[in-house]
Amino acid sequence: MAVGERIHKYLLNDKYIVLDVNSGAVHIVDEIVYDILDYYKKNSLDEIVELFNAKYDKNNIVQAYKEISKLEEEELLYSKETNVENIRYNKDNVVKALCLHVAHDCNLRCKYCFASQGDFKGDRSLMRLNVGKRALEFLIENSGNRKNLEVDFFGGEPLMNFDVVKELVYYGRELEKKNNNKKHFRFTITTNGVLLDDEKIDFINEHMDNVVLSLDGRKDINDNMRKTVSGKGSYDTIINNFKNFVNKRGDKDYYIRGTFTSYNLDFSKDILHFYDEGFKKISIEPVVASLDMDYVLKEEHIDTILDEYEKFSKDYIEIKKKDKDFLFFHFMIDLKQGPCLAKRSIGCGAGSEYMAVTPQGELYPCHQFVGNKKFKMGDVFTGVNNSQIREQFKKANVFTKEECSTCWAKFYCSGGCHANAYNVNGDFMKPYKTGCEMEKKRLECAISILANLEE
Amino acid sequence: MKFIKTISLKTVGCGECQACKTSCTVGNQCENK
Repeated sequence: MAVGERIHKYLLNDKYIVLDVNSGAVHIVDEIVYDILDYYKKNSLDEIVELFNAKYDKNNIVQAYKEISKLEEEELLYSKETNVENIRYNKDNVVKALCLHVAHDCNLRCKYCFASQGDFKGDRSLMRLNVGKRALEFLIENSGNRKNLEVDFFGGEPLMNFDVVKELVYYGRELEKKNNNKKHFRFTITTNGVLLDDEKIDFINEHMDNVVLSLDGRKDINDNMRKTVSGKGSYDTIINNFKNFVNKRGDKDYYIRGTFTSYNLDFSKDILHFYDEGFKKISIEPVVASLDMDYVLKEEHIDTILDEYEKFSKDYIEIKKKDKDFLFFHFMIDLKQGPCLAKRSIGCGAGSEYMAVTPQGELYPCHQFVGNKKFKMGDVFTGVNNSQIREQFKKANVFTKEECSTCWAKFYCSGGCHANAYNVNGDFMKPYKTGCEMEKKRLECAISILANLEE
Repeated sequence: MKFIKTISLKTVGCGECQACKTSCTVGNQCENK
């Protein structure tokens, strides 16, 4: 196994931050410690005193050196790689989450849609109730001893098949009872909001644990990419539906989620637009597209994007001091009770614990692979019959992805998105480089925000 | 510690843990308390 850097240190938002890669320990340090760390491993204390005696008091240099040594002894700095040979990931082939494509149809024609504007490169179709019911049964049958099961209603646009969504929620609750409540379904839904009326809002608010509301931010930005079937902008049709939804949502989870492209590299303005419009839980994601698209993010955009994340992190700190409910998905990080090492090594579990189901009941590693027949894994009626695909995905983790194994961010990004890697590099074991750069910057920002809010 | 403040894995999964759809990350996610 390749050995990467054991610590990562950086200065951002007036905080000197040191991350110990293998223990996950995060330290806010004074400048003196930050400076000494550059020499700590290759120079003696006497040499370090000599190096810095013009800048720092000798007693302070000695004290800082001792503090670093103490953390090293406690394995909170320069800690060694953990032996992961004992981590046997999903040996029983448990499935715990399904993305149900209840509609391969859509009432919008977004330019960047990976689902080919809703039909996933196939015929437009809706999932029949019997297929959906069988998917829930498949999930229970394959869930082993897992209690928490997840079902995401997805598309296309799932509200175009809302009667089936409702029936499946009711059926899920029946199955919970039948299993003496040893199983619990966590239902979520992703919608573009076109059909989001009061009746649907009330049902969703009662039954869905999380809701993703798709919109791109400012009206002109949104309307450039997210068009109606007749080619008009969709912002005015949707924004009031989403406001109505959020007003009735109470304190339950939701995210308003946009996509940024080369047309809005100043995407922090879209985040702040959402906030000004009354939305508190926000996510804006970079588009992933082929290089021949005019809106694709290219190498030449990266510095601008990273600067934008840094700039927004400063705004975020100021807003967060006044409004603790404000959330930007990629600046949320849990340093106290984050996931275990196994989960961090594996990530989303696509192709193993997590699969997507087409309207016809076919199984794919995740929603992004749907339509690519090479990745078809089986169906909900006969189960997984392409175990080769499953084994390939099970082996994809931060220790087996060569570039991830030496990266300081591996236990936070978990190896990145398999689909992005495949779509860009033709190999899901080779991470999408541009995505890596953005993820590392978001992580640095997230930790620096915590460091600022901590004090 | 005068110069260092620690604000935060060697947890070796139960499988019970849970917006993006493209930029998967577990940094912001444990149910096994």
